Parts: sequence; C-alpha cells; structure tokens
Amino acid sequence: MNIVVCVKQVPDTWAERTLRPEDSRLDRASVDGVINELDEYAIEEGLRLAEAHGGEVTILTMGPEKASESIRKALSMGADKAVHLVDDALEGSDALATSLALATVLQRTGFDLVILGSESTDARTGLLAAMLAERLGCPQLSLASKVEVDGNAITIHRQADYGYDKVEATLPAVVSVVEKINEPRYPSFKGIMAAKKKPVEVLSVADAGIDPAQVGLGAAVTEVVSFSKRPPREAGTIVKDEGDGGVKAAEFLAAQKFI
Amino acid sequence: MSEILVLAAHDGESVKKVTLELLTLARRFGEPAAVWLGPGAEAARERLAEYGAAKVYATDGEGMTDYVAAPAAEVLAALVAQASPAAVLVPSTAEGKEVAGRLAVKIGSGVLTDAVDLSPADGGGAPVAEQSIFGGAIVVKSRVTGGIPIVAVRPNAVPPEAAPGEAALEQVTVALSDAAKGARITERVIAERSERPELTEASIVVSGGRGVGNAENFALIEGLADRLGAAVGASRAATDAGWYPHQFQVGQTGKTVSPQLYLAVGISGAIQHRAGMQTSKTIMVINKDPEAPIFELADFGVVGDLFKVVPQLTEEITRRQGS
Repeated sequence: MNIVVCVKQVPDTWAERTLRPEDSRLDRASVDGVINELDEYAIEEGLRLAEAHGGEVTILTMGPEKASESIRKALSMGADKAVHLVDDALEGSDALATSLALATVLQRTGFDLVILGSESTDARTGLLAAMLAERLGCPQLSLASKVEVDGNAITIHRQADYGYDKVEATLPAVVSVVEKINEPRYPSFKGIMAAKKKPVEVLSVADAGIDPAQVGLGAAVTEVVSFSKRPPREAGTIVKDEGDGGVKAAEFLAAQKFI
Repeated sequence: MSEILVLAAHDGESVKKVTLELLTLARRFGEPAAVWLGPGAEAARERLAEYGAAKVYATDGEGMTDYVAAPAAEVLAALVAQASPAAVLVPSTAEGKEVAGRLAVKIGSGVLTDAVDLSPADGGGAPVAEQSIFGGAIVVKSRVTGGIPIVAVRPNAVPPEAAPGEAALEQVTVALSDAAKGARITERVIAERSERPELTEASIVVSGGRGVGNAENFALIEGLADRLGAAVGASRAATDAGWYPHQFQVGQTGKTVSPQLYLAVGISGAIQHRAGMQTSKTIMVINKDPEAPIFELADFGVVGDLFKVVPQLTEEITRRQGS
C-alpha cells in the first residue's frame, strides 16, 4: 500500500505566537517550529497500516526550508521517504492554494491512502483534508478514531458526540485522524540514525508542475483586514473557600442570572 | 436584497440552535435562505420562519443523509449557481467545515472558519469575520476576497433573535455525483445516550480536569452540569487518562466552545485548554491552586477543594431552584 502522510511544521503551541504587523502573517521566525501535534497521530497510523499490510509511507510537506526538521522527525519515526515542496512562490498560500499544491504533488506521486491530522494547531481551519478529497475526487474519511483496511476496502470509526459512525469507502481515499486513534511512537536512536539516509525529494513549484499564478499570497482569496491582541479580561473576583465557596459561587451564578 | 444561503444543522426533527444563530447573522447582509438536506423540512419551516428565513430550499433525494459532507457541498454548489447568493454560511463544526472546504474547491471561493462574529464591511463588499486565534490571544478580522464568501461560524457566536420571515418552501432536486457517494455511513453506534445538550452548542459547559482525579469522580461534574442544564467537557489531561470520553475534550486538539458560561473545575488552564474555551462569555473557576493560570480568565473563581466546593454548589443551586 502506498501511504502518503501530509505533515505541517507549525510554531510550538507552548510559545507565544503572534502575527507580523507589516503583513498580518504568522511570525514563524520568532518561534520554534515543531511537527503539528495531530500529524504525529497520522504518521503513527500510516506506519501501523504499512506494518500490517505492507507498503511504504511517504511524508509530504509544504513549507519553508526549515520544515525539513519536521520531515526528519517523521522519517526517524519510521517513514520511508519524503517529498518536500518548497518554493518562495508558495509563501502566503491560503487553504485553497495549499490544497491545490498538495493535490498536484499527490497526483504526481500517486497514492492509495492519504492521511492527515484533523487540523493544524496554527491556522486550525480543519479544511485541508476535505479540500484534498474534493480535488483528488476520492472519498474522505474524517475524524477517524479507528482505521481498518481490508484489501481495497477501508472502514473507519468517525468520532461523534454520541459515539461514532462507521464509514466505509474504497481506496484510494483521504483519511483525517483524531488523537484518540493511537499513541505516536518516539523515534528510536536507530530510527534517528536511519532517517539521515532516507531519501527526501525536494520539489519546487516548477518541478511539481504547479501553476505559480494559482498559489502564494497573490492567489489568496482571503485576507486579514486587521488584528489586535485580545484585551486582557477584566480581573474577576477570586474568593478563598472558607467553607462557603460553593454558596458564594451560586450567589455569583444567581447574580448573573444563570440560575 | 441578495440571498444568503444558510446550511441548516438539524437531526431530522428539530432545528439546531446554531441554525437560528446563522439566520440571525445572515439578516445583517441579506435575505436568509435555509438549505435543508434530508427529511423534516416541512416540520421545521415554522421555526425557520420565526428566525427570518425568507426561503427554505429542501432536498430529500436519495442518499442525502447517507454520506458525510459531500452531498451538502453538492447541493450548496447547485444552489450557488442557481441563486447567486451574496454569501454562504455554515456552522463551524467538524462536518460544517468539511462541507465548506469541499464547496470552496467546487466554486473556487475563499472560505473563513471559526468566525465568532460577522459584520457588514464599511462601504460594502464581503462581510468581515472576526476570529480568535492562537489560543484566543489574538483577535483577527478577515474577509473573503475571491468568489462568493463561505463563512463557517462557531455555535454561540450570537444570540438567536426572532424576526418573522416567509420561509417559502422550495423543493430542489440534486442528483448526487458518484464522487459524493464515496464514503458511506453504514452504522451509527450510540455509546452515550445523553439528554445533555451538545458540547459545542450548549449555553453552559461544565468541564473537569486533572484535579477530578479519576473517572468515577466525573459524576460530580455531571451532577453539577445536569443541575445547570449544561454540557460536560473535559481537559486533555482527563481524556488522555481515560476518565472521560475523548469526544468531550475541550482544547487545542479537541473541541472549541464559546458558551455563555464556562465552569472549569480542577483544570489548571494550560494553553492547550485555553485555546478551546477562551471566547466563553463568562468563566467560573474552581481550583485548589491559587497560582493556576486559569484564574487569569476567571470572572469568578473559588480557590478551594473541588470535592467540597462542587457538592456545595450543586446543593445550593438545587435549593435555589426549588424555592
């Protein structure tokens, strides 16, 4: 099975993230980049499926040179190879353009299964898997908390408030996973050493056959009008429980008309 | 006045509250037209009319509810071609965003997600959406600059306001493509039959975290929630520990909620959690650690042992409700 896992390098969520005043874009320079947390579950699931059914796991990343750090980590977890789409022309791409670029590469490399985390922790749009499925004309199996492949058939548990839905499709397909699905492995020392020798194909927009007019800031169909730091919340009332904390809390709720 | 398409969220019988919120927002820009997939449109008409729907496009064709997201995207794309709306609004839920993503590709439009407000632009043009990013630290105003704007709006963004509309029912027929029928829902497995409101839609959410200590103790959180008619949430620490089902996780890698009232019990308030609840209107905190960062967000906080404070609070609410 030819499995491609889409991975995004994002600013560490533990750091203070901000937008650049000059162009309202994410200030990536000031923050350490890490693999998008939810993508680690996607990588793990890809590795497990390849171990169970045979096949290869390819990591696909679009992002600046620095994103090679995340590619290395994914390879050291056990992925076989990677494709890194990197080009200044891609800077400022919105979800629509990003999905176009990735779909173009995926059509070129071929795939049986594309796996993604359900969203990135920076932009958090959660749009990419659906956009890829639409562009690739293949089924999307989203919010997967369990994936089973049997020959050409794939079944997932789609997480819902009431439990889950069983959803079935035929490969090729796009799957997005939630963190409940597995426990991502840590790279072993052997894995880290092996990753250094694994092939990473670096593609420019031209190499990938992407029309530069359709990606990047110039092609963006959304824009930030303005942004500001959220004003700090007004300091609230904090009381120490002296045996009547619950009663005082109820008084507050009553004063606010919640009860 | 131009039409605004509003994808109705419903369970086949009743209209979800977010639909009424979307209709309320849509009235700021044009005439709301609800789009109803599957059975129940006739019965829902009255409710949609109450909140200003001028039209209800209904389609109950074969397969409309058998597949995830793709049918809604195809129906909306067909209606966009037919009605040339000024915007399309969908709920910013996992499924709503999936519909939005597919629709955006189909009609080549820009899409904004997780809007917490939507207002007309100065001097016309696409509406301006307000979003809260990076765990709520930054407020962004953005708009769609290409195509017909698609905006996914978070539940509880605005209070639903009634305003009479015609809700003229128009049946539409859309033959689903094979591509839309790729992922079929074969079984609905109901693990929790709960009378509680849905987490993202609830006006009040009571969440428990590490301080709750174990799965059994979540009964305390549930007891308080039920007194308040609230949904129950949990921090990642609690869901990772297996104390509460993962689908109720509030936070960066879970659900984002903006209820009128959020009660954080035994939750320290790491960025992971704050990202999912910072836009709540009123926040109450119960935690034994006075240094817990969650207190920075609190409108009202109690520093104390949750095993003493929560039962007393539940009891006091019961007493007040009884009188």
